[in-house]
Amino acid sequence: MWPDQIHAELAAAKVRFVGYVPDAGHKRLIELCQADKTMRTVVLSTEEEGIGLAAGAWLGGERTVLLMQSSGVGNIVNVLGMVKECRFPLVTLITMRGEEGEFNPWQVPMGQATRPVLEAMGTVVQRPSHADEIAPTVSAALRLAYDSYASVAVLIPQRVIGIKSFQEQASQ
Amino acid sequence: MSLHRRDVVKKLLANRGDLLVVAGLGSTAWDITAAGDTPLNFPTWGAMGQSAMIGLGLALAQPRRRVLVITGDGEMLMGLGSLATIGVQRPENLAVVVIDNERYGETGMQQTHTAGGVDLEGVAQACGLKICDWQTILQQAGPGFAVVKVLAEKIPLALPPREGALLKARFRRALLGPRADSV
Repeated sequence: MWPDQIHAELAAAKVRFVGYVPDAGHKRLIELCQADKTMRTVVLSTEEEGIGLAAGAWLGGERTVLLMQSSGVGNIVNVLGMVKECRFPLVTLITMRGEEGEFNPWQVPMGQATRPVLEAMGTVVQRPSHADEIAPTVSAALRLAYDSYASVAVLIPQRVIGIKSFQEQASQ
Repeated sequence: MSLHRRDVVKKLLANRGDLLVVAGLGSTAWDITAAGDTPLNFPTWGAMGQSAMIGLGLALAQPRRRVLVITGDGEMLMGLGSLATIGVQRPENLAVVVIDNERYGETGMQQTHTAGGVDLEGVAQACGLKICDWQTILQQAGPGFAVVKVLAEKIPLALPPREGALLKARFRRALLGPRADSV
């Protein structure tokens, strides 16, 4: 499964902190990271806090990956300015809403704006199309971020996550 | 409320040893600079509301070093959720000191919520931080939190370097040495 493959990539890249606001699409990956003794998961009250966490951890010599839903991108816009100005390396794994088969109309505006908002703030956006492309994309994103001091977001398509109703999400 | 902010910060940073310091944007960034600019200061010029979280990330990454966040009431109010996040993580090596003049100092000295009765220590305590006397906070196990009420005074600027990449690189170089390039 792609969440297991992402976890293996994070472990291989020596990611020490995983900051997240939960999303149903990240449920499995969050559980894998929580069970991994080499990682510390940090639940956030808003996605914006993850940027501060990652910046501080990098100042201290450790790598962080952030997990969020596309709606969370709206909460990090201003602080991405710090990431760009300071050239903090950053990897953000974003489960998409508001694109393919969305059932909640309130998710659509931010979902549709996710890529342009990130790109406007200087983040490199990569969007694998299929489940088997996700782990290689994450691996490349980790290298781009930590070898080249870039901010990189990987968008995980709603079609890959495959949740199609409130009922299905609630039963996760 | 007769304390001068520069005196308070100077006292906090006297004999700082290997203390790591993060400052919120605006007056507190000028305060730590007036006390003596050093690579182990990370003064922010933006990202309002994130100074406590930067301190948390640093404290978790460097558990054997003391980390002190010095920020203003306006900056802390923008990141109240970070107190909840810190309260859950409970890093013993982190202290947050709010220099509270009850004003937004860089924008015309408008009143903040602390002038309207909001109790930041009450918020922090409810989130699980340990309320400390600011004069001894660095001697106590954290996560510590203190509010220091200071005079609302306009004082000369003391500006640290502005370039973010420089502030980051000099901090990492001073803290990590050659490892700064290999992490």
